[in-house]
Amino acid sequence: MTVREIQTPLDETTVRSLRVGDEVFLSGLMVTARDVAHKFMVEKKPTFLRPLLRGSAIYHCGPVMKKERSAWKAVSAGPTTSAREEPFTADVIQSYRVRAIVGKGGMGPRTLEACRRFGAVYLHAVGGAAVSLAQRVVHVRDVLKLDEFGMPEAFWVFEVEGFPTVVTMDASGASLHAEIAARSHMALERFLGRAIR
Amino acid sequence: MKNLQETFVELLRRAATDLPHDVEDALTRAQNEERRGTAAHSALSIILQNAVAAREASAPLCQDTGTHTWSVYLPDGAKTEPILKAIRAATVVATRKSYLRPNQMDSLSGKNSGDNLGVGHPGVHFVPWNRSGMHVDVLLKGGGCENCSMQYSLPEQRLGAGRDLAGVRACLLDAVHRSQGRGCAPGVLGVAIGGDRTTGYATAKEQFFRPIQDVNPDPRLGALENDVLSCANRLGIGPMGFGGRTTLLAVKIAGLHRLPASFFVTVGYMCWACRRASVALEGRNVRFSQNALAGRPRRPAV
Repeated sequence: MTVREIQTPLDETTVRSLRVGDEVFLSGLMVTARDVAHKFMVEKKPTFLRPLLRGSAIYHCGPVMKKERSAWKAVSAGPTTSAREEPFTADVIQSYRVRAIVGKGGMGPRTLEACRRFGAVYLHAVGGAAVSLAQRVVHVRDVLKLDEFGMPEAFWVFEVEGFPTVVTMDASGASLHAEIAARSHMALERFLGRAIR
Repeated sequence: MKNLQETFVELLRRAATDLPHDVEDALTRAQNEERRGTAAHSALSIILQNAVAAREASAPLCQDTGTHTWSVYLPDGAKTEPILKAIRAATVVATRKSYLRPNQMDSLSGKNSGDNLGVGHPGVHFVPWNRSGMHVDVLLKGGGCENCSMQYSLPEQRLGAGRDLAGVRACLLDAVHRSQGRGCAPGVLGVAIGGDRTTGYATAKEQFFRPIQDVNPDPRLGALENDVLSCANRLGIGPMGFGGRTTLLAVKIAGLHRLPASFFVTVGYMCWACRRASVALEGRNVRFSQNALAGRPRRPAV
């Protein structure tokens, strides 16, 4: 496993040099977005998100946040299942020029193609490791749409340092998820003694 | 009833922030199975570090503090309303203290209730017994793994699964394969064979109260649990789907009677963050533990 440290704003050359299997520590800007936020980004195409997202990372996460005095703090902030954002993510990468999608479980062929075409990567964080990951959030810069969307669904603008991930889909079109799905499917057929669609 | 409410806040805090020791031990054993320097090994290291960090900080070990399932054992004839009230009040307080994420949304408007109360939540199940004290179990189950749970109706053509244990086995391995990339592995499979569609899901979920290393008193189910566990761990999905040797920590199966016309196999998937806590109340004594009564396997009725 190659270990890489990257910093936002991410440029295309850096992103295209990352390979499936690389261990990546991300620093800089990461904006949380999940189900309601993705629908909003694609349907409403808000302009206020553009400067935040260009060259940054989107994080599939609905955190537990706490207000201490007047500042927000991330208490618990692990990744949520990325597959649910598959219908939206290719559009989001294209329109907002996001360079990294951080989540868990990987995504499908449309996202993989968008990563290849526009120069983006999928970074896999460890699901459920929410306290350790929240400790990498050094500053909460802002929150958008909190009243309307609620705590889990709002856009939280995190500044992170050394956020640990593994590249599981890269800009060359490789996907660890597709590879493991195919391999485990063969093992399943072997255990059941028949071909399964 | 103020004391009861405080006890339930503490129970929720423990459930959300303190990973049960049997689960943590199973994750440590899983880490020893993986090769150092692999993504699987490092994922398990982060998971184990997180368990310690969450306990120290008294913070939710996973941000999705899930759906709450309560089982309350109480003397036959005791009043349930004050207990229900204390559970609901404790849920609001535990949310305010950040032990829980505001996690209940109106399905039509999308509005978050803000305090974890909702239509149908929390789910509380009362069990009358002939003892004097009370015993309470609570389970927190996140949405990522709940989305993986599924129900098969046998015979199942795609898998060539008939109405026998071989058919059940095919469903279970298929369910593990289909959960990759959604439920956080290594998880636990909770299974109900038989019942109707409703009791199947309820019984499958109850299995998550069972300790990782308990032994099923029905040797037929015990053998199936071991077989499915061993095959699932040879599918190569591994921790977080990174590839590796541990895809499941345990398989727990219960059998229910069924109608002649129906044969359901209900598969619940629980992510590695299998959060549960219990408390026994007897007079003024309050004893917290990780020993649930719910889901305890019954001896086979032969």
